[in-house]
Amino acid sequence: MTAPRPSATHDDRLSYEGLSCERRAYERRSWGQRLVILIPYLWLGVFFVVPFLIVFKISLSQLATALPPYLPILDLSGGIDGVSQFFAGLSFDNYARLVGDTLYLSSYGRSVFIALTSTAILLVIGFPIAYAMARAPRRWQGVLFMLVVLPFWTSFLIRVYAWMTILQHDGLLNHLLLTFGIVAAPPVWLATDSAVFIGVVYAYLPFMVLPIYATLERMDESLLEAAADLGCPRWKSFWLVTVPLALPGVAAGALLCFIPIVGEFVIPDLLGGSGTMMIGQTLWMEFFGNRDWPAASAVAVVLLGILIGPLVIYQHLQARRLERGG
Amino acid sequence: MNGINQPDHSAATRGPLAPWRDRAARPLIRFDAVSKRFSNMTALDAVSLDIHAGEFFALLGPSGCGKTTLLRMLAGFETPDAGRVILDGEDLAGVPPHRRPINMMFQSYALFPHLTVAGNVAFGLKQDGLPKAEIGARVAEMMTLLQLEGLDARKPHQLSGGQRQRVALARALVKRPRVLLLDEPLAALDKKLRGETQFELMRLKDRLGLTFLIVTHDQEEAMTVANRIGVMNAGRIMQVATPPEIYEQPNSRWVADFIGEVNLIEGRVVESTASGMTVAGASRIVARVSPMQGVKPDDTVWIAIRPEKVGIAHEPPPLDTNQVAGVVWEVGYLGDVSVYKIKSDTGAVMRATAANVARLIERPVNVGDRVWLSWTSDAGVVLTR
Repeated sequence: MTAPRPSATHDDRLSYEGLSCERRAYERRSWGQRLVILIPYLWLGVFFVVPFLIVFKISLSQLATALPPYLPILDLSGGIDGVSQFFAGLSFDNYARLVGDTLYLSSYGRSVFIALTSTAILLVIGFPIAYAMARAPRRWQGVLFMLVVLPFWTSFLIRVYAWMTILQHDGLLNHLLLTFGIVAAPPVWLATDSAVFIGVVYAYLPFMVLPIYATLERMDESLLEAAADLGCPRWKSFWLVTVPLALPGVAAGALLCFIPIVGEFVIPDLLGGSGTMMIGQTLWMEFFGNRDWPAASAVAVVLLGILIGPLVIYQHLQARRLERGG
Repeated sequence: MNGINQPDHSAATRGPLAPWRDRAARPLIRFDAVSKRFSNMTALDAVSLDIHAGEFFALLGPSGCGKTTLLRMLAGFETPDAGRVILDGEDLAGVPPHRRPINMMFQSYALFPHLTVAGNVAFGLKQDGLPKAEIGARVAEMMTLLQLEGLDARKPHQLSGGQRQRVALARALVKRPRVLLLDEPLAALDKKLRGETQFELMRLKDRLGLTFLIVTHDQEEAMTVANRIGVMNAGRIMQVATPPEIYEQPNSRWVADFIGEVNLIEGRVVESTASGMTVAGASRIVARVSPMQGVKPDDTVWIAIRPEKVGIAHEPPPLDTNQVAGVVWEVGYLGDVSVYKIKSDTGAVMRATAANVARLIERPVNVGDRVWLSWTSDAGVVLTR
């Protein structure tokens, strides 16, 4: 303990000692420890914060026929004047355009709609799968887990291409439907919303199943026995015990699906129609089609803004789970 | 229940309650030749057992002896392969767990982590569809009885182990079950709290006038709380009796050895008269014990003597008492008692315990001392199996 200064009042002394304690704890850390703490921050800085700042800066720039295709560009050789000129050239015009143009608004709306609907479908399909996995005999659970994860061994792009051949006019799906007499004439699948939903649900199913499975698998079986013992029939204890306890997994799964589906590009581009676009496609079009980097950057920044809410919720849930030692 | 004709110690049973001695009395719970096999082992082998209303009955045995299976069968979580489980004259076969007037306190407590303490306690009453006001009143009453006031809004993970145990007990008791099942209820508590809670359980049972059936592997716990104990091993009931009977009159070597410490001396009956019996041990120990019927000379028997009934002295005892001379091999000083292991001149190792009545720092008997062990003729039990 540091000796209290004789002149200090009682309160002063407390805060003074508190401070010195903290500082000593900090000083006790060796260089190696500090380096270990530094590495993740360095990583985030170099690969997230700096690129984001660059994108944000571009979103405030104007389209120009130049290389790179935007203005202004910071020129330090111009001294103070150059810097002030650079800042004078920045504006929020691109964001105003996003709000003004229905193309962007409908893209955002459609992305959120598809993401919400697919997440709901994923939940309806994923929960029973996770439940069945968690209730399966122990020795089977490893195999079932493998089966859920197995698709990851093949490239995502190849699997989406495979769906193109399954869904095409004379593809496997129509073949089966006709063979079993479910439909009289082959329906059109490719380039419809149904194809997008099929592709999204297929691709994201593991992200829904695994978190729910993890919570259900950890659940103490004796809780269900206790519910039965207290007079609760099985179907009821499912709603009163199993579902509430699976909610953290459901929330994690839903966010793990919703967040990337909003920005999904490959699936709607390959399986969806050309009539309506998701925000990822709009972004791609602005960037590669129109070479309008500033507009594309603004689209990206707003997309991040939309997703920050769910991301924060997800982080919060994860932190709480860690706190409880889950 | 006891196969051997021994002096009746029934005066030593707890209280006047002894309905099992009345052959006409109908038991509350009857296990009738119940058997259960799991894939590769027999959990229960034609177990028959009667438990009467108002009893605090303990099923005691090593892990895997089938005691928990028997308990879970009564709760309805296991179905017997053969035999019947009868509650108050009604066969429970086909009655699902949620319709049985029986509640269980789980070893893990199985408190619902997403519900508050009050929510946990009220859970069972809500399933019965009772009016809200009555649920509230009964929950409050139970919370007071178990000293859980003020914890209503806590979640289980915010409670101490002792509090969780009380909530589990309150949740099971609030439904006023015909039988309360307790599956190793105190195993998770520390030793001191466990001791207090044992007495509290007994008071609770008497106050509520219920029938308690407890499963435990802790013999002290069973001896303390129960008025009768069913000792189980390998899917069979070995002995059903009051705690003093179990301890002082075990019916087999297995029970004698399982409950407490015991010196078992194998021997051959030399003579059996009305006044006593003489047994010659394989290790040349001659012992006189109380007479018993059905034992003839030349039969092989075992004499079971509890260590605290064996006296230890530096001087040889009178020649007409049972005695063994030997050398002190090991001494365990436990504070209240000392445990002595003596290697007798014939090579057998015997145990004796003595209360440390006098406040001595220097111990009276030490390793290497030559001592004589002695016991009276009625200190040992003669076992034939």
